[in-house]
Amino acid sequence: MIQGVQLDLISEERLARLTSMEKIRLILDEVMAGNIVVLEKGLSPEESSRLIEMTMMEISPDGFAGIEMETYPARSQGGGLLARLFGNKESPSRLTVIGPANQLKMLRKERDLISAWVSSR
Amino acid sequence: MDILTKARKRLSRFLRVFFKKKRSRIGIYGPPNAGKTTLANRIVRDWTGDALGPVSEIPHETRRARRKEDVTITNGDGDSIVIDIVDTPGVTTKIDYHEFTEYGIEKEEAVKRAREATEGVAEAMHWLREDIDGVIYMLDATLDPFAQVNIMMVGIIESRNLPVVIVANKIDLPDASPARIKSAFPQHPVISISGLEGKNVDELYDKMIEFFG
Repeated sequence: MIQGVQLDLISEERLARLTSMEKIRLILDEVMAGNIVVLEKGLSPEESSRLIEMTMMEISPDGFAGIEMETYPARSQGGGLLARLFGNKESPSRLTVIGPANQLKMLRKERDLISAWVSSR
Repeated sequence: MDILTKARKRLSRFLRVFFKKKRSRIGIYGPPNAGKTTLANRIVRDWTGDALGPVSEIPHETRRARRKEDVTITNGDGDSIVIDIVDTPGVTTKIDYHEFTEYGIEKEEAVKRAREATEGVAEAMHWLREDIDGVIYMLDATLDPFAQVNIMMVGIIESRNLPVVIVANKIDLPDASPARIKSAFPQHPVISISGLEGKNVDELYDKMIEFFG
């Protein structure tokens, strides 16, 4: 039987239709099933915080060991004093890859390149 | 110290007295083994004579957040702050009990540690959302600061509008590169220290008074 890894690329439009909890549940369900998830647009800081917390709740000995996750560093923010004064703090979230920690290994990460290695279970 | 900083400090003092603001809770955050407990112990020992928790080369030695109340930090100019220091478990997105067995810990104990570590990370995130007024973000200056967990954590801290001082720790080690950390987080003050040797911690105390006061 051919061994392989399922890769799910989720569009920005589909993500926009989901609530934060739906997004996190979708990611965790996929990753716990051994799949790699690529989000066209990354998570907000609040969603990242919840994802870390929920990932911790799902970890089990000899089972799920957590997630590996990479995204490009945020683009440098434009705007000067006025942008800061009026709270333009929303950092642009960018393409994000998430997978099981024991299957996805990041090889190289640069400002504009993420190189990863995926193993089947 | 520039005029704006002085004005901000005066305003902060006035508001604190006027509104009887509770003392700030300052969380020490960072990835596992960055030296968070070593720094927490140094701060608490320097200003109260106590200690906060045990340190170890084994990751996730701190698996519960620990708080020391009423720590008063004073600088040479007579400025001071009273804070609670919260030492938090190292934040990560993965924990495997085999990490602990590699250090010679038996499987049963390793599984227990891993479970406690997962609870500790969740607890640290909860503190950050609910109970922290400012953050010292600790990084091991010998490691890549662009690790995803650092990018995520600094993003989370920024989104909550918490004042943050980034600490480039372990500058006593030959391959430490605080410059790499400064280039990774140019939007925040970065203080280079050796928590173990106490090198440059006075500069950190000055910055804490300026930022968290």
